[in-house]
Amino acid sequence: MADLRNNFVGIKSPNPFWLASAPPTDKAYNVERAFKAGWGGVVWKTLGEEGPPVVNVNGPRYGAIWGADRRLLGLNNIELITDRDLYTNLREMKQVKMNWPDRALIASIMVPCEEESWKAILPLVEETGADGIELNFGCPHGMSERGMGAAVGQVPEYIEMVVRWCKQYTRMPVITKLTPNITDIRKPARAAKAGGTDAVSLINTINSIVSVDLDNFAPNPTVGGKGTHGGYCGPAVKPIALNMVAEIARDPETYGLPISGIGGITTWRDAAEFLALGAGNVQVCTAAMTYGFKIVQEMITGLSNWMDTKGHRSLDDICGRAVPNVTDWQYLNLNYIAKAHIDQDACIKCGRCHIACEDTSHQAITQFVDGVRHFEVMEDECVGCNLCVNVCPVENCITMVGLEPGTLDERTGKIVDPNYANWTTHPNNPMARQAAE
Amino acid sequence: MGTTENGIVGGRLDQADYVRNFADLHPPLDDHEALVASDRCYFCYDAPCMTACPTSIDIPLFIRQISTGNPIGSANTIFDQNILGGMCARVCPTETLCEQACVRNTAEQRPVEIGRLQRYATDIAMRDNHQFYQRAEPTGKSIAVVGAGPAGLACAHRLAVKGHDVVLYDAREKAGGLNEYGIATYKSTDNFAQKEVDYVLSIGGIDCRNGQMLGRDFSISDLLEKHDAVFLGLGLSGVNALRAEGETLAGVDDAVDFIAALRQSETKADVAVGRRVVVIGGGMTAIDAAVQAKLLGAEEVTICYRRGKEHMNASEFEQDLAAAKGVSIRHWLQPKRILARDGKVAGIELDYTTLADGRLVTTGESGAIVADQILKAIGQTFEADGLGTVALEGGRIAVDAEGRTSMNGVWAGGDCIVGGEDLTVSAVANGRDAAESIHRALMAATQPVTAVA
Repeated sequence: MADLRNNFVGIKSPNPFWLASAPPTDKAYNVERAFKAGWGGVVWKTLGEEGPPVVNVNGPRYGAIWGADRRLLGLNNIELITDRDLYTNLREMKQVKMNWPDRALIASIMVPCEEESWKAILPLVEETGADGIELNFGCPHGMSERGMGAAVGQVPEYIEMVVRWCKQYTRMPVITKLTPNITDIRKPARAAKAGGTDAVSLINTINSIVSVDLDNFAPNPTVGGKGTHGGYCGPAVKPIALNMVAEIARDPETYGLPISGIGGITTWRDAAEFLALGAGNVQVCTAAMTYGFKIVQEMITGLSNWMDTKGHRSLDDICGRAVPNVTDWQYLNLNYIAKAHIDQDACIKCGRCHIACEDTSHQAITQFVDGVRHFEVMEDECVGCNLCVNVCPVENCITMVGLEPGTLDERTGKIVDPNYANWTTHPNNPMARQAAE
Repeated sequence: MGTTENGIVGGRLDQADYVRNFADLHPPLDDHEALVASDRCYFCYDAPCMTACPTSIDIPLFIRQISTGNPIGSANTIFDQNILGGMCARVCPTETLCEQACVRNTAEQRPVEIGRLQRYATDIAMRDNHQFYQRAEPTGKSIAVVGAGPAGLACAHRLAVKGHDVVLYDAREKAGGLNEYGIATYKSTDNFAQKEVDYVLSIGGIDCRNGQMLGRDFSISDLLEKHDAVFLGLGLSGVNALRAEGETLAGVDDAVDFIAALRQSETKADVAVGRRVVVIGGGMTAIDAAVQAKLLGAEEVTICYRRGKEHMNASEFEQDLAAAKGVSIRHWLQPKRILARDGKVAGIELDYTTLADGRLVTTGESGAIVADQILKAIGQTFEADGLGTVALEGGRIAVDAEGRTSMNGVWAGGDCIVGGEDLTVSAVANGRDAAESIHRALMAATQPVTAVA
């Protein structure tokens, strides 16, 4: 059986599934339940500085978008950091860590961007026995208006400065949580590394207005007639998160920097994808908020069974395995040619591939053959775009089949070239022409 | 189970049982159920369900409109093609039409619930009395529509929309035709047929005259004198004879009358039914009569059909429904003689049958079933007087693709025409299309002659 034990910057947990800093980890009651359900670790909901805690709105805090059958695809929230007293949280964290010594317990922290504030809170956290800290430079709403959260995460110099303070004032491993609300995610990652961070975690939530209440003409969630942008998360953000994780994993300047992957992880497969793109472990929130803590059991067994099937013995066998295969567009092989193929036995004849191709793409799929409703790819028109695969409601009904080198591409009338050739050397590329001259 | 009294009597059940037994066969979907059901539609291109619908309702579009919280738009899509979409949602054998064609059958042997979704949308629009159509400028033309069943109503409505004046004649006391008198009670509850008639007629310009019968109160030539065109949606008023000894005994009844009586009954307790009922036939009428006999408290109900299961006109779904309600369906049995005692039905003797060289023959074996009521459901026939020179073919009115009869100015549709399909939805399509044809003919005739310069 695959070994799922995780060692992330020295923090050990029985599996790579942590609960992200969020409502599910706000107090001992929830965290105890999470550990009982099997979660490998939690990042406790973000602590603020000593004194009167923040207050949350008393109206709705969440909004959502749904897919078919009201399956939650994206969640948006305007909740702030913990609204409980700092010492209550610290006391509970200490007790929970004592109760669950084999699980990871990380403290998420957000205090004002002043050295004294960080210097003050770090010893308090350290005293709980927490395994590490995560710096919340991500929250895009509320706290950012007060110069914290994403307001720090959007300024690489601030990140570096705060990380440096933390490394100076605590022995605990430092995980820097990054906001995706920035143009180039590599910049804050490099800054965190320069400050000495042990790891980065990403993504935090994305600035969003999830929907508009059309009766009241106000954003959702609407609080007393007004709304504000919130942090977007859930399955819909996974592609954005995967890209940002990969960008950091393959950036020469941050290569090898441990990454805790976050963003829409809902199934074992999502988790495996993050690990493959360079994450050392993953953090989950929306899936737990949608289905409860039990889903971790699907994640654990799914990951384990997949690893067994593929012969991967430990997480080290899969972490980062896809990173070398992430490249820039300009290096993609332009001599690779694929055509869509429709499995006629699996086809249910809904016609969506046809109309997608006919109306919006390359007119490469039939509707009738000999007067009978029949959907088939015309290889002399197919550019291999994959749209039909994506709109087909039946899994594996349409697949992309690569043409063997030496065979004829009926669309271009050319023989498939076995050699790798990319845009950098393509005759249509003006830069390539210049270089040749 | 109520009384087991022999003979044909009413009040076999408690009132609560009647209410329960004759409630909606398919209860309406609530908002949540409709969303879940509509989410299953793939929005197919050139959708097979739409092709399978005799009225060509844009099913993917109306279902998508439901799924996006636009049931009024959805109803509009339905009514554009089928103004009786509410009744069709209830009575269409969807399992052999749209839902049979649904691609979800291929994927997972379970179609999108198109019929129930159609009912969901149309119910909302009709509940709110949402009117989608306005009459065009008056054309000054008057059209007689004979028969206020599905074909006639659809025809009258479309003509009214076009700006024509319509006089709708119907022989019976209420408009609606088979929708009012011929549909099983549990498929059209809560007086829906009359509500739908009111909804259709609210377009205006349709003068509905009940108790007016072709051949008795007027003839085709009378109509052609007063109107610019005539549409015949006469239905089938005759019933095939059993051609078995004892057919005239008390207790041998027409299934269509039995079904009509049920529909017109307020309480159902006043509809008498035998303790042991045998229904002769293999179509939807046989199933409707048998199931309702059972629901009225008959102890034993048996359908006897002279051919095999695969030959029955009743759909698989209907056969299963009958079986689920406790009706026995027996095949390869043909009536030979009604058995009598004291001048009343006491049973039926039947010959066993088989196919020999494609012909139905008796095997020589026979048997008897004890019964105090025999319901005949062996098909209806076209019967009408006063048709003048309108040509018939195989006993029904001959029409061309647009519904034109052999007589100039006379159109026909529904069950009374050659190839009439015994389906509400097909009758609606006939009536609607005939209206379009009538409109084209009348408008072409009024085009001013333009001089060629």
